[in-house]
Amino acid sequence: MSEKINGAEALMRCFKEENVTTIFGYPGGFIIPVFDALYSYQKEFDCILTRHEQGAIHAAQGYARVTGRPGVVIVTSGPAATNVITGLADAMMDSTPLVVITGQSIVAQLGTDSFQETDVIGITQPVSKWSYQIRRAEDLPWAVARAFYIAREGRPGPVVLDLTKDAQTQLFDFEYKKCRFIRSYQPNPTPDPNDLSLAADLINLAKRPMAVIGQGVMLGHAEKELYAFLEKADIPAASTLLGLSIMADDYPLNMGMVGMHGNVAPNRKTGECDVLIAIGCRFSDRVTGDINTYAANANIIHFDIDPSELNKNVRVFLPVLGNVKETLPAVTKLLKPARHTEWIAGFKTYKEQEEKEVISRDLHPEGPEITMAETVKCISDQSGRRAVLVADVGQNEMTSARYFSAGPGRQFVASGGLGTMGFCLPAAVGAALGAPDSEIYAVCGDGGIQMTIQELGTIMQYQLPVKVVVLNNNFLGMVRQWQELFWDKRYSSTRMQNPDFVQLAASYHIAGRRVEKREELSEAVQQMIDHKGPYLLEVHVEEEGMVYPMIPAGQPISDIIMGRTDTK
Amino acid sequence: MEKTLYTVNVYSENTVGILNQVTNVFTRRQVNIESLTVSRSAIPGVHKYTITAETDEETISKMVRQIERRIDVLKAFYYVDDEIIFQEIALYKISTDRVLEHGALEQVVRRYNARILELNRNYTVIEQTGHVEEIQQLYEELQPLGILQFVRSGRISITKSPIERLSDFLAEMEAKRQASEQV
Repeated sequence: MSEKINGAEALMRCFKEENVTTIFGYPGGFIIPVFDALYSYQKEFDCILTRHEQGAIHAAQGYARVTGRPGVVIVTSGPAATNVITGLADAMMDSTPLVVITGQSIVAQLGTDSFQETDVIGITQPVSKWSYQIRRAEDLPWAVARAFYIAREGRPGPVVLDLTKDAQTQLFDFEYKKCRFIRSYQPNPTPDPNDLSLAADLINLAKRPMAVIGQGVMLGHAEKELYAFLEKADIPAASTLLGLSIMADDYPLNMGMVGMHGNVAPNRKTGECDVLIAIGCRFSDRVTGDINTYAANANIIHFDIDPSELNKNVRVFLPVLGNVKETLPAVTKLLKPARHTEWIAGFKTYKEQEEKEVISRDLHPEGPEITMAETVKCISDQSGRRAVLVADVGQNEMTSARYFSAGPGRQFVASGGLGTMGFCLPAAVGAALGAPDSEIYAVCGDGGIQMTIQELGTIMQYQLPVKVVVLNNNFLGMVRQWQELFWDKRYSSTRMQNPDFVQLAASYHIAGRRVEKREELSEAVQQMIDHKGPYLLEVHVEEEGMVYPMIPAGQPISDIIMGRTDTK
Repeated sequence: MEKTLYTVNVYSENTVGILNQVTNVFTRRQVNIESLTVSRSAIPGVHKYTITAETDEETISKMVRQIERRIDVLKAFYYVDDEIIFQEIALYKISTDRVLEHGALEQVVRRYNARILELNRNYTVIEQTGHVEEIQQLYEELQPLGILQFVRSGRISITKSPIERLSDFLAEMEAKRQASEQV
């Protein structure tokens, strides 16, 4: 039962088959037929017009990160396609499922440097999981079905479909068949039973086991399996940046965050543990520091779904290939119930040290200036249970990771691997659409917000209840921090003269307020929370604030800097 | 790290743009491709790439996994020379006058197990198959005659192992396909 329709209409029907509800887009010459089809589907799809294609793709990322479903982007050819490259690279690094449709010139003109033509496949291949050019309408259903399958299955990632004008307008017999199998792709590799039993043996013999939890647990929907695993063998666990919001802050086995600005206890204990169990993470250099000294006393077990991650950054004792949803319970079954009371109690000493030397200074500073930490803590304490914090990149991000209490369930969104400044505001747009029942806090710095500040327009147009928090220190804070610590305080190009952010928001009809005094902070945060609709809160924070603890890049984890006195 | 010449075999679906994805993995790690041969394999729809590159084992093993990670790549393997039978082909073009002057070309051709593909008034074309060193030796032998043109192919190779890993993989995936259709 087929009828002749054009490619653009076919794309709409494919989207319906794939349960798409929200699309982030920006029209242009070679994608007009698709936008024309969208015009007839306004009831089926919310099409969000961003103010820049980079905004569209980061919004789709934010949407995907809070929903777990692929974010869909539609942009035109040429400059629009090149504008989404940053988002693709970001999504590739952070395993975010996206289906990105780029318009493309007519087939007869490909390769001739025609207007708004770019070699999209050539430039997107290195930063996407799959990219494919559709030249004929009849290939469209196959390619779209495959795109959603690839974006979603196994380790998720961004997929690009380069849709020629011809394929959008040709008439053909439409038929849709969902993709369930690709011969050359094994999304869920079969675990090796030997690996599973060996993993269990190692853990059963461990005296000082520790787990590092990455986003893979969330992507594999294996949260419950994780808790059962940790609890049965009494294994203390720490998160990576993207693994935040899997374990609750007050979960007894949650020891905090590892990495460059992570917590002291799990970082130090990485060097003390005898078995390190890495689950769905990829040993980023921001987590390991100096590879040669990382977890030097431990046998490392690495659970991951992506074979190319195993033994990539860290040579491990036992790689366990497979979906953690499958491998974790299989290993749990073989575990002997254990108690590691003394070992776990040992984390407390470091926790108290961090509390005293870092956290109390951050939250109860001697100086009159507000700190980033106070602000984030204030938001965390006063917000509701369903709050999502979308961070930008730099000090604001690390402070958010440290002081925002993200309960289990995709409540913390940040650009981890690529570290994309400007990610926050558009990603918050997507998060607001993906999690309409949550409070959305977009926490950014004065630098990052200005990279994609045009998305205030999107927030205005759709009246998205995003609470934008600008932690303004009139500096590119993280670079300034490095310059202070490692470059002799030569503040090259980090001092920034800023606009009046509150007035700027006002010109978008977004309510806002500026806070300069500590006494006003809590009340101002409450005012923001109570405000219906979008809001911008500009907080003047100390100009030369630092994020501690810090492990300098490439150095052993044991070289943690706790504060300014450590560096004198 | 000590460098070894590795031979990488990549099997992929026959779709546009895979070569780019494969070579990207080499470019990203600044590993120079020594030779590259792409052709259809014996299995319909499956293309085979044979690539040689000098690097260390850790690097090549990671690169092979990253190549395999590309969606349209079926399988990728790497080998050292001991594990494979391999061959290259080369063509040498020499002026026929110089060949006649030389007088002893027959002996050279016999010694190298080369053959003459074409001989006309103007030029002679000699073909040689063998390992890279053999091809190089003949090149040096012919050089005094003045080589007008010379070309060598990339390496092609076949594994010595009795296990046919690609066939096993395809059989395994076929079973998975059938299982997926029953769902």
